[in-house]
Amino acid sequence: MNAKGFTHKYPDNVDTDVIIPARYLNTSDAKELARHCMEDIDTDFTKKVKAGDIMVGGFNFGCGSSREHAPLTIKTAGISCVIAKTFARIFYRNAINIGLPILECEAASNGIDAGDEVEVNFDTGVITNITKGQSYQAEPFPEFIQQIIKDGGLMASIRRQA
Amino acid sequence: MGMTMTQKILAAHAGLPSVKAGQLINASLDIVLGNDITTPVAINEFNKAGFDSVYDKGRINIVLDHFVPNKDIKAAEQSKQCREFACQYDIENFYDVGEMGIEHALLPEKGIVTAGDCIIGADSHTCTYGALGAFSTGVGSTDMAAGMATGKCWFKVPAAMKFILTGTLPKGVSGKDVILHIIGLIGVDGALYQSMEFTGPGVAALSMDDRLTICNMAIEAGAKNGIFPVDEITRAYLDGRSQRPYQTYEADEDAVYAATYEINLSELVPTVSYPHLPENTHPVTDAADIAIDQVVIGSCTNGRMADMEAAYEILHGKKVKKGVRVIIIPGTMAIYKECIRRGYTEAFIDAGCVVSTPTCGPCLGGYMGILAAGERCVSTTNRNFVGRMGHVTSEVYLASPAVAAASALTGKISDPREVL
Repeated sequence: MNAKGFTHKYPDNVDTDVIIPARYLNTSDAKELARHCMEDIDTDFTKKVKAGDIMVGGFNFGCGSSREHAPLTIKTAGISCVIAKTFARIFYRNAINIGLPILECEAASNGIDAGDEVEVNFDTGVITNITKGQSYQAEPFPEFIQQIIKDGGLMASIRRQA
Repeated sequence: MGMTMTQKILAAHAGLPSVKAGQLINASLDIVLGNDITTPVAINEFNKAGFDSVYDKGRINIVLDHFVPNKDIKAAEQSKQCREFACQYDIENFYDVGEMGIEHALLPEKGIVTAGDCIIGADSHTCTYGALGAFSTGVGSTDMAAGMATGKCWFKVPAAMKFILTGTLPKGVSGKDVILHIIGLIGVDGALYQSMEFTGPGVAALSMDDRLTICNMAIEAGAKNGIFPVDEITRAYLDGRSQRPYQTYEADEDAVYAATYEINLSELVPTVSYPHLPENTHPVTDAADIAIDQVVIGSCTNGRMADMEAAYEILHGKKVKKGVRVIIIPGTMAIYKECIRRGYTEAFIDAGCVVSTPTCGPCLGGYMGILAAGERCVSTTNRNFVGRMGHVTSEVYLASPAVAAASALTGKISDPREVL
């Protein structure tokens, strides 16, 4: 499985309140939520983003609230993959559980600039920066987590095992 | 190799003689929790996956607390969805308006969560219950859905950081200052993926309300959980309250810690976290000239009786500064009633504050105290991210109830030690 797209880059400690502000959490409708994705730190994001684009963060991406609306909003906005130096742990779980691909890779986060065209190979963990002609190696997921991803998320995985 | 307290609880719930950091396990859950924002997403997942029963109707807790009494039509629809699900599956611990409280104040108060438990909640501040000697962590809605259906959850066994507490807290300094100090020390991802285990002779000098506040904000250091040992104070709190017999666990003497910090409580001062990260901590004395528009005293972090007492001690018989809006939110109906019984509510109103029924409302910028552009708030809540309490240019300064109350009187961030 691969992802390929242009990147949207953000700093360290992107929190779930800026990914999807709580003032919009009176609904769980993903399409409605996606209209407000990132708006408190990047007002043009929803206008700029194209299906398949890639989001790049720094350390502790997705910190703060447990709201699963955050990865859901990013996924529904069209993002195919999030690359960061580290992820906050609840965001990490939530992304895996709902099937939003994420990769931890400090070198990629440092090397990629906003707007670079990037390709990700999820099987090998290789991230290729087409614009800059660089490539980076992300840590592969443990087998247990890879299985959840292959099953299409946690609920599907539990159903398969039942 | 020895195990940490957290590892022992996880091993017991995974049915394993021992576990080690990094190991992936499937653990049995004692309690599953959700609120009016996260439960609707969990219900959608639960239904979509085709489940038609819950693992134990007595162990699932649904607390409507974020946007209730319903703030608008959409919030009302979410509450209704939770209510209908609770009714359909006969969920015993469903808490609606009139009985509800802020979830992390309510569950310990009712004895629903107890020592030795393995708990997940679709709310990041579920880590609060570590104060009781439980393993308790925040997860998302899909984990909640899976937990409701199966009574199980997957975990990566965390490594741990040890915080050895010594000394006793000086007057005007509380559990909030302890945890803000620690977050300032290690940073907002200082404990990422790890447990924060609090230990040492200083533990005995911390009340249960202080411990609940400290564990509540473990997530603000990135931690998976915070945990206190079970001692006389824990037993005094749990005995007669815990709805189930409880188990106690102790870390092995040879348990391995990724880092160890010694914190002398006697040296701590009232501490304020500046916008826009909880790690931006300063002693209150540095913040003296910062003018404020609003004060919030409440939340799952600081809406307990000790917090109301701290506010009362400073506010009674005084007037809040003209132009400062002061919102006080007791965390549960029992605390709300106790504030009335003790005369705190009247004193707060006489001082010029408003007193609300329990809600998370302003903490996450939901309702009941939203900030306009450029406004500043001193808040006893837990996050000061961009736009957290309102407009993106508004600012939240995190502090203890004593600092918040002292600031309410002067209209600028103030040192409670000067008015106590």
